[in-house]
Amino acid sequence: MPILEVDNIHSYYGHIHALKGISISVKKGEIVTLIGANGAGKTTTLRTISGLMKPRHGHVRLEGEDLAPYKPHEIVYKGVAMVPEGRRIFTRLTVMENLEMGAYTRTSKPEIEQDLDRVFALFPRLKERRRQIAGTLSGGEQQMLAIGRALMARPRILLMDEPSMGLAPVLVEAIFDTIQQINKEGTTILLVEQNALMAFSIAHRGYVLQTGEIVLQDNAENLKKNPMVQKAYLGME
Amino acid sequence: MQISAPSFSWKEAVRVGVLGGAIAILISLVGMVAAFGERYIVYGWFSMGQVLFLAPILFMVSLTLRREKASTSSKTVLHSLLAGAVGGVMLAVLVLLGQVINLRAVLVNASPRLYGMLTFNQGLPAGPFVLIAVTALLGAVAGAYHLLPPRWQRTLSQAVIWLILTGLMRDLIMNIVVRWRLVGELFKTVLFASSGLQPIGAIVLLLLIGGLVYWRSGQPAGRGFSLKNQPPTIRWASIAGIVLIFLTLPQILGVYFSEILDNVMMYILMGLGLNIVVGFAGLLDLGYVAFFAIGAYTMGVLTSPELRAEPLTYWQALPFALVISFISGLILGLPVLKLRGDYLAIVTLGFGEIVRLLVLSDWLRPWLGGTQGIQLIAQPRIGSMVLNTQEELYYLFLLGVGIILFIAIRLKDSRLGRAWMALREDEDVAMAMGINHVVVKLLAFATGAVFSGLAGTIFAAKLTSVYPHSMNFLVSINVLALLILGGMGSIPGAFVGALVLIGAPELLREFAEFRYLVYGALLVTMMVTRPEGLWPEERRRLELHEAEEELKGAEPVPAS
Repeated sequence: MPILEVDNIHSYYGHIHALKGISISVKKGEIVTLIGANGAGKTTTLRTISGLMKPRHGHVRLEGEDLAPYKPHEIVYKGVAMVPEGRRIFTRLTVMENLEMGAYTRTSKPEIEQDLDRVFALFPRLKERRRQIAGTLSGGEQQMLAIGRALMARPRILLMDEPSMGLAPVLVEAIFDTIQQINKEGTTILLVEQNALMAFSIAHRGYVLQTGEIVLQDNAENLKKNPMVQKAYLGME
Repeated sequence: MQISAPSFSWKEAVRVGVLGGAIAILISLVGMVAAFGERYIVYGWFSMGQVLFLAPILFMVSLTLRREKASTSSKTVLHSLLAGAVGGVMLAVLVLLGQVINLRAVLVNASPRLYGMLTFNQGLPAGPFVLIAVTALLGAVAGAYHLLPPRWQRTLSQAVIWLILTGLMRDLIMNIVVRWRLVGELFKTVLFASSGLQPIGAIVLLLLIGGLVYWRSGQPAGRGFSLKNQPPTIRWASIAGIVLIFLTLPQILGVYFSEILDNVMMYILMGLGLNIVVGFAGLLDLGYVAFFAIGAYTMGVLTSPELRAEPLTYWQALPFALVISFISGLILGLPVLKLRGDYLAIVTLGFGEIVRLLVLSDWLRPWLGGTQGIQLIAQPRIGSMVLNTQEELYYLFLLGVGIILFIAIRLKDSRLGRAWMALREDEDVAMAMGINHVVVKLLAFATGAVFSGLAGTIFAAKLTSVYPHSMNFLVSINVLALLILGGMGSIPGAFVGALVLIGAPELLREFAEFRYLVYGALLVTMMVTRPEGLWPEERRRLELHEAEEELKGAEPVPAS
């Protein structure tokens, strides 16, 4: 059974039909990427999964359980964590406090400690700066913090919304290496990206989203070779 | 931030002088200078009135000096002297104009007495020149001060500030020391005159404080004395000492100051409550007086024999008052759950007015007394003792503050406190962290309401009556202003803010008339020079000054 199953969802902003029957499934241990242009519905899909929007039709299931009756904060307890678009760290809290906020749903102190060590091992920079006010971190460090914060929830599935946004290419590579490492340590990831090349380089499978519909789905290798994808998302003629 | 500091030119000096002079004229014409004319700092030498018209000129000069650098040190002094002189000229023009035209027809405060004070009672024609000479000299002193090394600057400024404060606090200090015969006599003969300080006392005080500050600033750095760093015995002894001081304060200070302290503590209670709503959870509530009113009126309705055949006692009514405050907090919270920022402020403002109008209305008069208010409210009893004097009520307030303080401190570092903080920062992301924003927001409103309701019950019991006009919008503003002054989100800040905004005007009753003018000026000055507040929360201080500290390299990140 897939960990996350998005089954034919339709979401609306008022009268605007933003998602027109999206179906996605993510299996345990996978990195699945969702690529598409601006306004294709990538973020809307994530918002619908995390409960911030309710689908008008269709279901989101986490390990078979329908998430429809749950409120956004309850879905976090179910094991869905998000790295939001544009990082959205708590700029006025310290790095440490941001990470503690990430573990808000957890109760076991030793487990939290353990995860904190894990985050600091992934991002030694955060350890150095843990007493610093998060708003004074650089863009790359803020992205690390946003990821670290989400990991502190020890999620069953991690939703990432454009982690490459606004970062220098060298940092993007570092972040993607880390994402891959996080995945290898056992976290299932649904990655939304505009940077298709980077996304395909680490993902197992991918979906291509266009104006609210899935137009393609395949494993990453095949998608990379697909002429339509090459033309529209990889800038190749 | 300026990229390159423009030099302090002649033109700038004139501009600064004109600005400083204009502020000084404003302060003079609203009557503050004359009102403080008899309030001597150093008896026979200068009074608070003179401080008030000289300070703006000095302030403007030093503010400009801090921002801009002159090319040479002699130029700095000269330009500051010019700026000071220009300020003096403006005041002199006011004095001369007052001789020719009867300004009093329009400006009631432009009295001969004011002119006398502005010219240091030197009369005409010498007076205006004396005035200009004094302001010019002060300007030059400000310029020279700017050239001193920081250690000397600190020494000088702190000595002067403490001198002025001590002069102003004469009555308070005398009130305390008069109980110890010897010290009282010493203070009376050497330090203090009938108003303000003796000249000799002033000099001694200046040297003493100056010496102390100079010596301390030479000590190895550190954030000063902190209880946390002391061994446990000293720590507990200090805490016990502080508690003892608070317990004996009414005995030491007497009725009048106990009354002031009661007022201050009432505002501390409200401040701690609003601090949760605005400071912790970031929900700007401008109708906070509503909960104060609800607490006070609940107490009134339940305990006054006017309204009930079988009135309750204070202690019996207290839980009801707190529960009703809590519920009213929830009632305000529910409709504003989805509002943020300005819209939230407007709705809460409306809520405050609704409550005030309800207690004022004829419609509810049979239950709430209408314009007549409620009289004969029960006073709290302990055993056979009725708490009805200012000193006794002090203990009730102290108990209330103690309990609320404990709750506030515990809440701040609790899971709920963290959730409030996250909500303040980013509501959507807070939800994505698993925070139930509905519950958390409602709890913020309700907790704040309970604190304020408690203040209301003690207020009602203290006056044994409540009236709608006490439930003024200005109460909400006062509480908010004291939080901003003390430092938003800071618990000690609420204490400092209440002492300064509520306590100080009572000590300097000449201020009462100009209260809101001073508030305004104080808040503007704060926003410019110390936006984090007088005793800020560590986080705010870090946030606003971290960049500076990083530049200085003062705080290396501790390695673990």
